[in-house]
Amino acid sequence: MPNRPDPPTRAVTLTVNGTARTVHVAPWVSLLDTLRDHLDLTGSKKGCDHGQCGACTVICNGQRILSCLTLAVMQDGAEITTIEGIGAEGKLHPLQEAFIAYDAFQCGYCTPGQICSSIAMIEAGHGNTREEVKDLMSGNLCRCGANTNIIDAIMAVKDGAHE
Amino acid sequence: MNNFDYLRAGTIKEAVRGIATQPANQFIAGGTNLIDLWKYDLTHPARLIDLNGLDELKTITELPDGGLRLGALVSNNATAYHPIVEERYPLLSRTILAGATAQIRNSATNGGNLLQRTRCYYFYDVASPCNKRVPGSGCPAIEGQNRLHAILGESAQCIATHPSDMAVALAALEAVVQVTGPEGQRSIPIADFHRLPGNTPERDNTLAADELITSIDLPATGYAAHHSYLKLRDRNSYAFALVSVATGLELEDGKITRARIAVGGVAHKPWRKPAAEDALIDKEPSPEAFGAAADILLAGATGYGHNDFKIELARRAIIRNGAMALDPSCQRPGAQPSL
Repeated sequence: MPNRPDPPTRAVTLTVNGTARTVHVAPWVSLLDTLRDHLDLTGSKKGCDHGQCGACTVICNGQRILSCLTLAVMQDGAEITTIEGIGAEGKLHPLQEAFIAYDAFQCGYCTPGQICSSIAMIEAGHGNTREEVKDLMSGNLCRCGANTNIIDAIMAVKDGAHE
Repeated sequence: MNNFDYLRAGTIKEAVRGIATQPANQFIAGGTNLIDLWKYDLTHPARLIDLNGLDELKTITELPDGGLRLGALVSNNATAYHPIVEERYPLLSRTILAGATAQIRNSATNGGNLLQRTRCYYFYDVASPCNKRVPGSGCPAIEGQNRLHAILGESAQCIATHPSDMAVALAALEAVVQVTGPEGQRSIPIADFHRLPGNTPERDNTLAADELITSIDLPATGYAAHHSYLKLRDRNSYAFALVSVATGLELEDGKITRARIAVGGVAHKPWRKPAAEDALIDKEPSPEAFGAAADILLAGATGYGHNDFKIELARRAIIRNGAMALDPSCQRPGAQPSL
């Protein structure tokens, strides 16, 4: 495939964790690479870069999406929440507390994606039973095998054990 | 991976004009399949025409004939959880939720879902020949690893399957795809939208290169009382179907008055045969009746070794899904088998 001359970069403004940030990126730069390489937000992880693992899950305009399968230029003007934006200084988000309480991680690589994914699932009002939660969290793989504890942590937050 | 240029279309006209200027230009909507294909070096767009500014394609509206218009840019999840879809077309809602993951369904659009490419391993492997990717290069799946592959409607050039769940429900619902091109608008019945591979497996569907899907229209009949989507796969969630079945029934005095059965995971398009559905009319919804319909639907099915099991699996899935359709409340998340 003959490579064409690179087109100009584009200015893209994203409101990330409440702060408007403008970057200049080539059209093919993913939202994930923009967050990690242009905005120094490395909490969102690159696992497979093909939409199979869920480690790159962020909340975009209120919806959980895979930041590796969308381009930054497509998200100009979007509001993005990453793992860095869910808690406050000195106060963890209830899901972060629950992940600690229920031992819901080992290596931790999938954890930012797991937490962003479960926050958006709960906020959407989905996952009324443990069985549904398991189905709706199947886009976030945990290679350490902490899945049972991850579901325990999410159910505890849904049940109001961690406010 | 190649570089590419980018244009955010402000109008449908601008989008269609943008796609027509250069054969290597491509539309992008959700991007969940296109960006993956690009990363695997399977597609090489010169310029992506971004459709996400076309707000008129982002609505779900009721049609005067009692049907429902699903905008091409409405996400799969927004469609599945839409109150009218849940109430009147629960078969579609359940089918969409059986596919992909929540994150992908939030980005993936209705139009894009129909246009996703096959997940044939050889199509995805640029080191392999593949008639769909490089016409004339050969099909290693026919004598190779073909567990995922077609048992019906295949050709000597290609035995790939279409991976969409949503398209299977749309086939049972007899949806109509509305498209716009430089010459204006036209309607394509879903049965004519996807195609069999024949000698041109590089073409997945009958959409012209410069045409844009604007909506998917559902007829008034939604089979809300009696329907089921059964999806059989190697794990309970986030896997493509080995075999799936969408069934919609209407019953009167215990007898079937109308039936629609579409099978996924078995062909290059959702597999339907009106003769199989006609055979169910005036019958009680018994395993024997669905078995007879399955025999018509699956007539001529051919296995290629690793996928031989699909022939009997499809037959049993059709029978089981007929029983599940009688009581949709028995269905579980992800269209897992129950009863």
